[in-house]
Amino acid sequence: MLKPEEVRKVASLARLELTPDEEGQFATQLSDILTYIEQLNQLDTTDVLPTTRAIDGSNITREDHLTPYANPRLILQGAPEPEGEFFRVPKIGGE
Amino acid sequence: MNIATPTKIQYEAIIGLETHCQLSTHTKIFCGCSTAFGTPPNTNICPVCMGMPGVLPVLNQTVLEYAVKAGLALNCHISLFSKFDRKQYFYPDLPKNYQISQYDLPIAENGWLEIELVDESGLNPVQKRVGITRLHMEEDAGKLVHAGSDRLAGSSYSLVDYNRTGVPLIEIVSEPDIRSGKEAAEYAQELQRIIRYLGVGDGNMQEGSLRCDVNISVRPIGQQKFGTKVEIKNMNSFSAIQRAIDYEIERQIQSIETNIPVIQETRLWDESNQCTMSMRRKEGSSDYRYFPEPDLTPIELSSGQLKNWQGDLPELPAQKRHRYVSSFGLSAYDARVLTEDRPMAEYFESVIAAGANPKQSANWIMGDITAHLKTTKQSISQLSINPSDLAELIHLIEANTISSKIAKEILPELLVHGGSPQSLIDQKGLTQISDTGLLMAAIDKVLTANPQELEQYRQGKTKLLGFFVGQVMKQTGGRADPKLTNQLLMHKLTD
Repeated sequence: MLKPEEVRKVASLARLELTPDEEGQFATQLSDILTYIEQLNQLDTTDVLPTTRAIDGSNITREDHLTPYANPRLILQGAPEPEGEFFRVPKIGGE
Repeated sequence: MNIATPTKIQYEAIIGLETHCQLSTHTKIFCGCSTAFGTPPNTNICPVCMGMPGVLPVLNQTVLEYAVKAGLALNCHISLFSKFDRKQYFYPDLPKNYQISQYDLPIAENGWLEIELVDESGLNPVQKRVGITRLHMEEDAGKLVHAGSDRLAGSSYSLVDYNRTGVPLIEIVSEPDIRSGKEAAEYAQELQRIIRYLGVGDGNMQEGSLRCDVNISVRPIGQQKFGTKVEIKNMNSFSAIQRAIDYEIERQIQSIETNIPVIQETRLWDESNQCTMSMRRKEGSSDYRYFPEPDLTPIELSSGQLKNWQGDLPELPAQKRHRYVSSFGLSAYDARVLTEDRPMAEYFESVIAAGANPKQSANWIMGDITAHLKTTKQSISQLSINPSDLAELIHLIEANTISSKIAKEILPELLVHGGSPQSLIDQKGLTQISDTGLLMAAIDKVLTANPQELEQYRQGKTKLLGFFVGQVMKQTGGRADPKLTNQLLMHKLTD
């Protein structure tokens, strides 16, 4: 079972505010998920290299050629709070 | 009577630097957006660098080349197999909520860089090697450009410009080998020189293309255990790095001596108040929850590719400094000045290649030419007088064709218009007079014209020799060979 302080740490890294009730709820849910995944440890992977991607290959690169995006304004307009030329965001505590 | 004097505890600082250096590619590290500085906010952005769902980042091959070259120049071991990882943290300057960086398999590791330290007079150079732990590639974050507050809602907010998001960086981490602010500033400066020599970045600190974060702890000399590490940021000049570290060393010693624990935190250098200020508690590295970037393929380098890139490297500043001292007999100071930037060093070397005396060449370049470049705000590559012309000028002085005084007189014209010094002195009739007959004639004239001084000289006022030399110079329009004139005058006067 996940300890309450572990839940609080994960929540703070995710910038989530949890009530004590939610902490308990997530402790149970997260623990269930971890236990489920834990089953994978039954497999012996001693001689298996870690897989980071499903498709093999290496060195896929591109040349340093400018290909500007046609409509950067569109990205700005899609933001919750555009302000002039800028993206407006909530201020982070401690600044 | 015996008085026990309390022995003052001596401390040492353990300092390491993390330097972020922007690479001078045209486009970002994983997309084709421009990296140009100073463009209108949020114009150099696209779905890839803004982290839209379903996009695919692709590595800019020039970023790889530049990173490897920087690694080679820093004497690193280059990893033949390398990969990218996601570093997770939530901050509004990071649109994807993770930064693509390299974690456990950086492109380069275990290198070193040599710094040269001089005393206050600029003399007694001492070389010191600073270890390079690792060098890796990563993307830059955006910029919080303005923080305001919305009075109506009572909440405060920030504005973000994402143009810098995805601009390629290399992060260079040093070993904790640095012991003072001066060593740290010298290390950062040498890194800047190397980056500029390689042409992989402009190393401009004001524009943020070169940013240094400092890790620093203090411990009593002899103590094995390290003190608590503090990180300092926000220094935008080499002297600020030096002052911030010197301030922080003192602050930490004060804390230890007054039993106030040093806290592990990030502090900002406050330039206007010349002190460091607490910013935030440091998060442990495990909090970044790194994992391999699934959207990018690993990088495999062949030894042939490495050899090619190694072959592209220019001679680096430290190598040039050594060579200028050992092969050209220059002082360490001259070698440092001339190798400060690559065009200057290459100009100097071309003058030597044209056959000029190295010490004389150094004097001309560091003296009159540097002064001219400063007043005209030119760079040495814009100079009209080319290296072979300067070599010719130095030859003319050495061959006694012109005096160094005449050389200095014609230099301004050469600096502006260039051309051959020989033809200029021919044209102006400025060749030095070394003909004994001609000089004697001038001397006789001077002595006849100044009977009073001659009499005084004969009565023992031998200081007047200088007066006569000056008069001969005047008589010949500055063209008399000064050494020969001196000899002839002495001879004539003691007759």
